[in-house]
Amino acid sequence: MIESKNLNLYYGQYHALKDISLSMPPKSVTALIGPSGCGKSTFLRTLNRMNDLIPGVRIDGDVLIDGKDIYKDKKMDIDVLRKNVGMVFQKANPFPKSIFENVAYGLRVNGVRDESFIKERVEKSLKQAALWGEVKDVLKKSALALSGGQQQRLCIARALAVEPHVLLMDEPASALDPISTSKIEELIHELKRDFTIAIVTHNMQQAARVSDYTAFFYLGELVELDETKAIFINPKKEQTQNYITGRFG
Amino acid sequence: MTHLEEELKALKKEVTIMFMLVHSQLAKANKALHELDKDLAHEILLTEKRVNAQELSIDRDCENFLALYNPVAVDLRYILAVLKINSNLERTGDIAEGIARFLLESETLFDKKLLEETRITQMFDIAVKMMDDISDAFEQENTALARSIFRQDVFLDEVNRAANKSIATYILANPANSEQALHILSTIRKIERVGDQAKNIAEEIIFYIEAKVLKHSKKNA
Ligand SMILES: Nc1ncnc2c1ncn2[C@@H]1O[C@H](COP(=O)(O)OP(=O)(O)O)[C@@H](O)[C@H]1O
Ligand SMILES: [Mg+2]
Repeated sequence: MIESKNLNLYYGQYHALKDISLSMPPKSVTALIGPSGCGKSTFLRTLNRMNDLIPGVRIDGDVLIDGKDIYKDKKMDIDVLRKNVGMVFQKANPFPKSIFENVAYGLRVNGVRDESFIKERVEKSLKQAALWGEVKDVLKKSALALSGGQQQRLCIARALAVEPHVLLMDEPASALDPISTSKIEELIHELKRDFTIAIVTHNMQQAARVSDYTAFFYLGELVELDETKAIFINPKKEQTQNYITGRFG
Repeated sequence: MTHLEEELKALKKEVTIMFMLVHSQLAKANKALHELDKDLAHEILLTEKRVNAQELSIDRDCENFLALYNPVAVDLRYILAVLKINSNLERTGDIAEGIARFLLESETLFDKKLLEETRITQMFDIAVKMMDDISDAFEQENTALARSIFRQDVFLDEVNRAANKSIATYILANPANSEQALHILSTIRKIERVGDQAKNIAEEIIFYIEAKVLKHSKKNA
């Protein structure tokens, strides 16, 4: 369960998130939609404290993940948080290493030394990311030789290798062709059996296809959050309707 | 206006034409019944071909719109509603055609007393008005007018329910006219179905505008 309560975020003077309260049930997919600059990525980053790295950021309010307040809990270990809350970005960002080492990376950073354990985990993650069949014979090849869609699934495998509970995806398919996109969407569908997923997307059809819940953000505010079906068939707020039907502005 | 809005506007115009065609069929059937005007009855059969072609063309437009625009929210509800309204109108056209075919087989003018006692005259006028109102409701996106259809339909139902008895009484008193009396009975049944189609259309209009599903609920009675 992910919960934010009256969450506000400022970039210096700029009020980027305004009093966001929402919750995402476990093992569900929530799509975050809204025009560019409305705060979707910023919100996503508050869920694993990635904004802490940006100078001048101020945050108030609460974010609870599995009941723990990730900002106020004194015992919160940021490394553990980032391990539990994995992130996948718009642009696939594999390291200039082998396919195997890309997936093993998080484990090694976390001090795992048991090679047979690492091998097992790499295989499991690649399978979960629906990439194993395509790469199992070329694990030593450079990750950079993979296609864009494969690289994106590799990044998903890398995030999965450290066994997170939550997966944050920021426009994970926006740079991919339709076939790779549908693979990622299939993957999301599979992954929600084990993970809680939040995905930012500009593709309305994609939000409709992959998510259980949809949150519409506008100018730093959460305008409407509902079951995806309700949002796309019968949104309650006119702003939401104008946005999803392309009548905005 | 966006491209999508232009497409929607063009589609609405086509549906409005469909409404006009079917309404004119019904209005002609009403007139032809009272005057046993066979030329008018013929016109209805000719219009039927246009109605069928229009139905196909609207169906195709909807399919294209669904495939090309991936409509959501009000746009999606609108297209779904238009698909159903289109088929309701086509069926209404069929009913008018059925009435016209009957008239073409009739030999003598209907007995005025028969028309009066069964109240088919009022019934037919109201059915034509319902089609007119529902057409306006669609054009103006007026759900209050759409809701008025449910009230107007009460009278059609009542005439239809009373028809067995009023026809039987008439036949007992005028056995020589029993054939035309049975003819009127079947026409009353048809007009009752026009009311049902108008109600279906009203439900679709309310569904797409208010996102409320009235079908199979008791609320609209
Ligand atoms: N590092 C930053 N420093 C200052 N302002 C930022 C920073 N990142 C984002 N913003 C601003 O915050 C707002 C929300 O940005 P973002 O969360 O990236 O929106 P979205 O993902 O919805 O496109 C934008 O106006 C953006 O310019
Ligand atoms: Mg963003």
